[in-house]
Amino acid sequence: MVRLSQYEESEREHLLKLPCPTYTSSPYVAGLKVSQSRIALISTAGLHRRADRPFGVGETGYRLIPKDVEAKDLVMSHISTNFDRTGFQMDLNMVFPLDRLRELEQQGFIGSLSEFHYSFMGATPPEQMEQEALQLAAILKKDQVDAVLLVPV
Amino acid sequence: MGNPQDPEFQRDVLKHALSLLEYPTGPVLEDYPHDAMESKKEQGQMACPVHFAVPKGELTDQDDLFMKFRSEYSLMQTWHNLACEKKNRSTSGVSGLTPNEIGDLFCNFISGKAEGTKIDEKQLSDILRLASEDLKAIYLEGLSVQPGQALDGTALTDWFWGQTHAALIINEVRKNCLQYAEKDMRLAGKLLLIPRNQMYRFNADEG
Repeated sequence: MVRLSQYEESEREHLLKLPCPTYTSSPYVAGLKVSQSRIALISTAGLHRRADRPFGVGETGYRLIPKDVEAKDLVMSHISTNFDRTGFQMDLNMVFPLDRLRELEQQGFIGSLSEFHYSFMGATPPEQMEQEALQLAAILKKDQVDAVLLVPV
Repeated sequence: MGNPQDPEFQRDVLKHALSLLEYPTGPVLEDYPHDAMESKKEQGQMACPVHFAVPKGELTDQDDLFMKFRSEYSLMQTWHNLACEKKNRSTSGVSGLTPNEIGDLFCNFISGKAEGTKIDEKQLSDILRLASEDLKAIYLEGLSVQPGQALDGTALTDWFWGQTHAALIINEVRKNCLQYAEKDMRLAGKLLLIPRNQMYRFNADEG
């Protein structure tokens, strides 16, 4: 992610004013070694396969992205026009580093790559996505995913 | 994730991020220690075989705008077709409309002929938003394969919003959306078509 200092002033001010939730606890679980872990990618960039329904305003759900998806089959329908999409246009891995994770799997740096990955649309208030996030967490557990890489817009 | 087409940097970012999972206690908040190299920036005006720049503040009449947009769009589609061949990929298409249908949609909408449009159950506000993103993708992906073009995102988006008739078309769409009573149309006009940091180029008070 770019640093706040790299944003234009108006964008920086906008971001600084966004509410930052606080939590009563800081749960932390020591996981497996990365080289033994099954990893899944979860994006908030509003990504989906071409045939999938585009994201809409206020949408709380996610889209499924198979591990073997081709880059040309992924599109972005995030509702915000405010972030730079040229990186995504030039290289899918700028937003969804699936190729890079495939390489790390081949190198043995990660244990394995999950068969399925996911994208939410990050312009919806996070608390409204709690139900779907909990559902997805249950799916990830059943899929024996040990850790997720959250990749923001 | 650094710069496009820099797999070594991208892999290193991922390795550092994943390594945080092995900390015995947490939560952990760390900076990635390296900044990406600045991408190649253009000095001066963006090189382009056809100069689309419109003098600041000038608004042509509707037919003239449509003519100039269609001509410009036709040229950019040629470059976009080349980009698709070279990269075997395009991020356009999320609206489900062909490039020609996108152009027709915007011109019809600005002319007041797209009332009640629903395509595949999508509402008009969604179609306009998605078609706008597709239009930008066609232009930006097309520009990216022209000789000597910058890979800098800021320069590319400044070129689109500051020098193309497509941007003027989207602005007309924005203004029309703001005239609707429907909340979704007004939201599209207010927030979802032109980035905040580009609005200074247009007369925001016209909306």
